[in-house]
Order: sequence, then structure tokens, then C-alpha cells
Amino acid sequence: MTTRDLVLIALFAALTAALALFPPIALPLTGVPITAQSMGPMLAGAILGMRRGGLSQVLFLLLVMVGLPLLSGGRGGFGVFPGVTGGFLISWPIAAVVIGLLWRRLGSGIVGQVLAVAVGGIGVVYLIGTPWMAVVLGWSIDAGFAAMLPFLPGDIIKALLTVAIARGVARAYPLR
Amino acid sequence: MIFDSYRSGDSVLHRMAPGPKLLSLCVLGTLLFFFDEIWLAATAFAAVSMLYPLAGFGPAVILAQLRPVFWVFVLIVAAQLLFGDAAFGVVLALRLAALVLLAALVTLTTRSSEIVDALIRTLAFLRPLGVNPARVGLTISLALRFLPVLARITGEVREAQHARGHGGNPVATAIPTTVRTLKMAHEIAEAIEARGFDD
Amino acid sequence: MIQLDNVSLTLQDRPVLRDISLTLSERRIAIIGANGSGKSSLARLFNGLVLPTEGRVRVDGWDTAADGRKVRRAVGFVFQNPDNQIVMPTVAEDLAFGLKPLRLDADEQARRIDGALARYGLESHRDHPAYLLSGGQKQLLALAGVLVMDPAWIVLDEPTTLLDLRNVRAVLDAIAALDQRVVLVTHALEHIRDFDRVIVLDEGRVLADDTPGPAIARYLAALA
Repeated sequence: MTTRDLVLIALFAALTAALALFPPIALPLTGVPITAQSMGPMLAGAILGMRRGGLSQVLFLLLVMVGLPLLSGGRGGFGVFPGVTGGFLISWPIAAVVIGLLWRRLGSGIVGQVLAVAVGGIGVVYLIGTPWMAVVLGWSIDAGFAAMLPFLPGDIIKALLTVAIARGVARAYPLR
Repeated sequence: MIFDSYRSGDSVLHRMAPGPKLLSLCVLGTLLFFFDEIWLAATAFAAVSMLYPLAGFGPAVILAQLRPVFWVFVLIVAAQLLFGDAAFGVVLALRLAALVLLAALVTLTTRSSEIVDALIRTLAFLRPLGVNPARVGLTISLALRFLPVLARITGEVREAQHARGHGGNPVATAIPTTVRTLKMAHEIAEAIEARGFDD
Repeated sequence: MIQLDNVSLTLQDRPVLRDISLTLSERRIAIIGANGSGKSSLARLFNGLVLPTEGRVRVDGWDTAADGRKVRRAVGFVFQNPDNQIVMPTVAEDLAFGLKPLRLDADEQARRIDGALARYGLESHRDHPAYLLSGGQKQLLALAGVLVMDPAWIVLDEPTTLLDLRNVRAVLDAIAALDQRVVLVTHALEHIRDFDRVIVLDEGRVLADDTPGPAIARYLAALA
């Protein structure tokens, strides 16, 4: 890890926090709110790669844990982890690692990149977050996944945005 | 630290070292999951609530911690009323409330900087694995330093989007903004090295 | 003394500096030249931020490539953008940052931090977030952050370019008052009239190396 790696890790932890400041947008038809913050792990994995991206999300969760109100709606502290969204939060470092790994493995084509972000940023996040949510709520796992369906279109939009941004950034300022 | 949820006080809980406090949170939090009888869960909830006056906090503080998860209680009880037994819903809700209160109590009575210091000290054990606590500490400080900067940049981006009547292309604003922050990161890394951090 | 022997520098396959030999020992040295002439890269060679592709840079006999630690203690560096050289969240924490590698005892560390805060009128901002300072105050904090390390040389890379006029004045006054030897990279020719030596760079080569009058005249002639 070079000094620059440390700075980038800190930068994307803070970026994930700053994304909470964008107001949620209601999707047409369903009215389900989509928040920008879950793009944090997507961007971190796609732009920084698996090691730095994953660590940036670990650092973000650490800052949340110590009580800084960095989550959407100004929440923070240990109390958020046993809650409904705890599993989604915990999944973010893993999501960033998976995205970073697949982004490299699947080549520089746009299809592979969309797949990388979708698998890590949606697949991994839902797989970890949904059962956690179901347990907290006392629901069946199936009911949990059914409840997540309305959020899927928003998350797909976020994955596509992430790929577009990461591709543009890579062209304008290639990171080693 | 710029902002955290700490509330100053001079209680036993405030004076307790952060390490043991975090450890008890982990242990008690895990134990709670074995409390699946309604009276056990209720006792746990009552016991945790009693800790608040001990820390010098009134009922208003307890309510403030529970308010964000209120709708979760509604969902829990509603689901059990529909599909299962209401008593189990109450157990789940009480358990969650106890856990949230306990976790929040740690955050309320411990400064962020104390928790960070405790974590960095703990990390010293990982030194043989190549973890350098000083570098972890630097990275945490840098993140805290970046928070207000990125909040300001976010504000600028929102203003720019607003000025264009929300019709702006989010990708077209995100790319130059990200590049700008990456350049900033590069310059800061250079400044850190110029000041001999790695020596 | 900073000594460059036949130094060339290539960055990303692009020659930036070509065969430069210099011996610097004056109290006030300025480096001027057009954008892309290699000024900033030359300055970065002095404290080992950039290592030469060919040739050797020595500071008081220490090779920047081999003795980076000693070189960085001897040569402090102030960058153009005051925002990007403040590392820690608050003013006092940032001053303490540079002192960490020196392993001073607590009293000496506090003495140096207090001294630097007082020197630049930052005492009342001690525990404030550094990002709330004005641009000029940030640049003074950056200078203070270098001064607490007590270097023999201070290299400043266009430290006033991003400041408004009043802050330019404050930073120039601070530079003039330094006891250290100073290397100032700048575009502002009016700031260096009383310097001991002015080095003019052009496309990676030394175009002129003289007292301010003739050196600036040569630079202006080359621009025309």
C-alpha cells in the first residue's frame, strides 16, 4: 500500500458518506425511493479495484460504527447494524471486492463491466442484506426477496451509472 | 472530531474504557439472540433501558434512539399478525429494541476519537500480518478531513444540477467531479510524502 | 548546499528536464519559466519527491535517491494548492503530523506547535477544522507545518498562484521573514526583484542563471 493508496481509500470512504447528501429520487410508477449512497461500493470497486475499493468500504463502515451520522437520513453508530439495513451495509465491502475482481477478470468491454457491477453491487448486496432483513423482521427469506423486487430497477440504474462514470474516469485520469 | 453522536457526561459508563465497553456490546448483543421467550426479551429490554438513567440520560434520549426504528417494529408485528404468532413478533421487536438501545448507549457515552484509538490499539496485534496501526490511523484521519470537503463538492454538484433545472446529465457532472477529487488525492499523497510520513 | 550533477528527468516517456547541473547555496533563489518548462519538476527533485532518471541530486551531501529521510528533513516543501497539503482534520493536529517522524518529546512538540501558531496568528484556530481557514491562512498553515520540522531549506512551488492579493502579501511577507534558505518557484516576476539568484528554465534546460535583473530580462526577451 502506497501513501496514495491510503489517500484513495480515505477519499472513497468519504465519497460514500457524501453520496448520502443527495436527496432520494422516487422511481416512476412504483414510487420506490432510490438513494445514491449504495453507489459508494459500486464506484469504489469499479474505480479503485478490489483491495483499495474493499478497504474504503470497511473504513466507511468503521466511521459509521464509531457514531458519525453518515448514512442516508443522518443515521450512524453501532445501533444501525442490528437493524433492518444492517446486512446491506455489511455487504458493501464484499460487494466492492467482488466488483473490483470481476471488473479486471471480465475485461474492458462494457458488457463485462456492467456484469461485474451488477453481480457485486446488486447480487452480493441482496444475497447478504435480504436474509438479514428477513431475520430482523421475522419474515421468511422468500418474503424478504419479494420485498426487494421494487428496489431492483433503481439498483440497475445505479449499476449502469457506475459503469458510465468509471469508464469516463478511467479515460480522463487512469489510476494505477 | 468534527461531529459525532457523543453526549458529554461523567457517569460510570462515560468513564468506562472504550475497549471493555465494545466487548460487552458484542457479548450482550450475541446473548440476546438466545432470549426467545417473551419474558426474557422483556427483561433484557427493561435492563438495557435502566442503563440510560445510569448514564444520566432521561426517557427522551431513549425515545430518540428508538424513533428511527419505529416503522421496523410496525413491520415486524404486522408480519407476525398476518402470518405467524403475535407473541413472536413482540419478542423480535423487544430484542431489536434492546439491541439498538445497547448499541446506541455505547455511541452516546464514548467519543468517536476514543473508539478510533481503541481500534487502532487493537490492530497492533495484527502487526505480524503487515497491518501498520499508524497508517490505519492516518487513513482514518484523512477520511475525516475529506468529509467536509466532499460534502461541499456534493453541494456544488447539486447546485449545478439545480441551475440546469434537474435536466443535467448526472454522468456528465460525476466524471469531472470524480477526476477532480482523484487529482486532489494525488496532490495530498505528495504532500504527505514531502512531510516525511513514511520515513 | 543543493547540488545537481547532470540531472535528466523523464516522466511517462516525456523528457521533462535535460542534463541540468546546478549548485545552490544562496539564501533566496527563484525559479521562473513558462508553463511546462519543468520548474515544478525541478523543485520536486530538491526534496526527493521526484528522483532523477539520470544524474544525481545531493542535499548537504545526502543523495536524494539513497537518503530520502535525511533529505526530507533538510528540505521542506510548500505546494501550490493550500487545500491539498493539509493532511489532518484540525489545525494543531496538522502541525503535529509532520513532527511525528521526528519522535520529539511532548514538551518540545508542544513548544514548536505553539511557536508556529503564534508566528502566523493562528493561535485562536488551534482546534478548528483546517478547511474553514481562508486560502491565505491555509497557505500559512502549510508553511507552519513545514517550519515546525525545522528544515534548512524551504522550497515553495507557486505558493501564491491561487491566492487573492491580500493573501499574496501575507504569504510573501512570511516568506521574506524566513531564516531558512528559500527556493521559490513563481510566475510573479515582481516578487523576486530582491532575490540573490534567478534560474530561468525553458523546455527542461537552464536558459539563464543570474541575478534578477539580467535573468528576468533574458526571460522576457525569450518570450517576445
